[in-house]
Amino acid sequence: MPAQTLYDKLWEAHVVREEPDGTALLYIDRHLVHEVTSPQAFEGLRLAGRRVWRPATALAVPDHNVPTTDRSRGIADPVSREQVETLERNVREFGITEFGMEDPRQGIVHVIGPEQGATLPGMTVVCGDSHTSTHGALGALAFGIGTSEVEHVLATQCLVQKKSRVMLVQVDGETPPWVTAKDIALAVIGAIGTAGGTGHAMEFAGAAIRALSVEGRMTLCNMSIEAGARAGMVGVDEKTIEYVRGRPFAPRGRLWEQAVAAWGDLHSDAGARFDRVVCLDAGDLEPQVTWGTSPEMVAPVSGRVPDPEAESDEVRARGMRRALEYMGLEPGTALADIAVDKVFIGSCTNSRIEDLRAAAAVVRGRRVAPNVRLAMVVPGSGLVKRQAEAEGLDRVFREAGFEWREPGCSMCLAMNADRLEPGERCASTSNRNFEGRQGQGGRTHLVSPAMAAAAAVAGHFVDVRELAEV
Amino acid sequence: MQPFTRHTGLVVPLDRPNVDTDAIIPKQYLKSVRRTGFGPNLFDDWRYLDPGEPGMDHGRRRENPDFVLNQPRYRGATILLARDNFGCGSSREHAVWALMDYGIRVVIAPSFADIFYNNSFKNGLLPVVLPAETVDRLFRAVGAREGYRLTVDLERQEVETPEGERLAFEIEPFRRHRLLQGLDDIALTLQHADEIRAYERRRMREAPWLFQDLLAAETGR
Repeated sequence: MPAQTLYDKLWEAHVVREEPDGTALLYIDRHLVHEVTSPQAFEGLRLAGRRVWRPATALAVPDHNVPTTDRSRGIADPVSREQVETLERNVREFGITEFGMEDPRQGIVHVIGPEQGATLPGMTVVCGDSHTSTHGALGALAFGIGTSEVEHVLATQCLVQKKSRVMLVQVDGETPPWVTAKDIALAVIGAIGTAGGTGHAMEFAGAAIRALSVEGRMTLCNMSIEAGARAGMVGVDEKTIEYVRGRPFAPRGRLWEQAVAAWGDLHSDAGARFDRVVCLDAGDLEPQVTWGTSPEMVAPVSGRVPDPEAESDEVRARGMRRALEYMGLEPGTALADIAVDKVFIGSCTNSRIEDLRAAAAVVRGRRVAPNVRLAMVVPGSGLVKRQAEAEGLDRVFREAGFEWREPGCSMCLAMNADRLEPGERCASTSNRNFEGRQGQGGRTHLVSPAMAAAAAVAGHFVDVRELAEV
Repeated sequence: MQPFTRHTGLVVPLDRPNVDTDAIIPKQYLKSVRRTGFGPNLFDDWRYLDPGEPGMDHGRRRENPDFVLNQPRYRGATILLARDNFGCGSSREHAVWALMDYGIRVVIAPSFADIFYNNSFKNGLLPVVLPAETVDRLFRAVGAREGYRLTVDLERQEVETPEGERLAFEIEPFRRHRLLQGLDDIALTLQHADEIRAYERRRMREAPWLFQDLLAAETGR
């Protein structure tokens, strides 16, 4: 058999049938469902009198609309409340498992999937959410879909798909201390652009990727969509197996042995052909900070805000001018001179226990700078929160002046009450710095958890390594 | 789904790359549990000067006169001319619903983000990819002449300009077929229900751990 990529293997294992033009019916093993992109899909099923093909494959959780403050009195916003209640009604009617708002396992859908062992190596995983690419870190084929496709998967357990091209992102070398998966992700996006991965599935490989923890790989795969790639993935190794072992929905006993044996093949074969290869040396990387309104507008923390006049492409130059105007920044400003108003540590990109540990390590024994109006930590799930509290991280954050919140998507997209006011500038561990993403007129700078923590205590962006060394 | 065969309409130019779905329909409107009614909030942050919230009376809001959709010459446009990577970011199909609800039937751009591109076909919105130089030329033509209209013919896979030029575009045959007929994807797939069941039987033998029941696991394994 010719050498195959990981993507080829995952694709092939899930093809139910294929049309002459290559369009395939692809079988879906796990369907994650949240409250924002599912109501119209369930309504469509009802209108057509259709049932759910395999309810046991779906796992639902409310995350986008949930409050991150005291939940004992439910959701104050009636529109948000209706959406969460609609999910509850739908899962009851169609017989789907849900972790409700009061469930200790509730959290961001892309945090709880791997945490529960509900997403596994070798699976096809979909969700009506673009950051579904996260689960590819386990050696799965995972990608975001729209609501019509959510309905399609509910009704048929399949999706109509065409095979993507495959891009290999090879990250060799040794990542310097305090340079994280987030920084690798931002550097990749800076190098290839937000449309660089369009039409591709993206596999991350190389020494620096092998060295990452599985949680770090999730951060990386999570951001592949910001490079335009619907799916990101990392081949299975010992770390993957150890990560999955013993999780609540992971196979046990003989099934576990069988699964592990099969997962051993979930990597690209030597000599497999990729449509495009991008190489990066992790040793050259610095912590990254975005300065504009697209994740590709990024620079190392030692850098400066670039000058649109130096950009030769006129469409790009216009985009840069517009971004700088929105961000309220002048060309040539050192990134380390930019002061922040708020700090957000959370989101499906960076709200796992290792993220919180890294941020706490920077914060410990320090105080949030007086010019920072709000610094908040939103754990990715109830279980991450509990673990962090068992390690005393909540105290570290609280004593420094951070708010310690309940799990959810929160200020990554500001569908709940957590948001930026117009003109406010935020150091955020989330994934999108689009105009208005964190609140209308809000200005987002994407960074790693350690860099966000450093910005909170310094009051402006700073190379976390300067803080960490003293 | 609404079929798409041929459409002639007024063109509105949106001259920015990387227009994301957060810009197309901001998050506060995603709380709706319906598929309709998003049109008044299409490009909400750019289109209005006051901050928008669900349930507002849009007739009373202050429009931003500088935003292209609000300029009198582009009122009633049904074809959106855009730049690279249109529809990037969030997977929200609400972006497609908002464009359709506003009256847009075709988006022409040098490239689209994958999920948006896919969502468009599910709703009868036609995304047309043309080379960047051609799109550039169309931008200039639209700016130069008020009332600039294009005809988009899916059958022939051509965009016709007022000058009589025919610009060919590519589209996957299977997508084209379904859009021309306005076919229901789910009904089509369910025609293959036996093949899906056969796949499941085979897969259950090869990879039985994938067939653990979440519900059963929940209620005590």
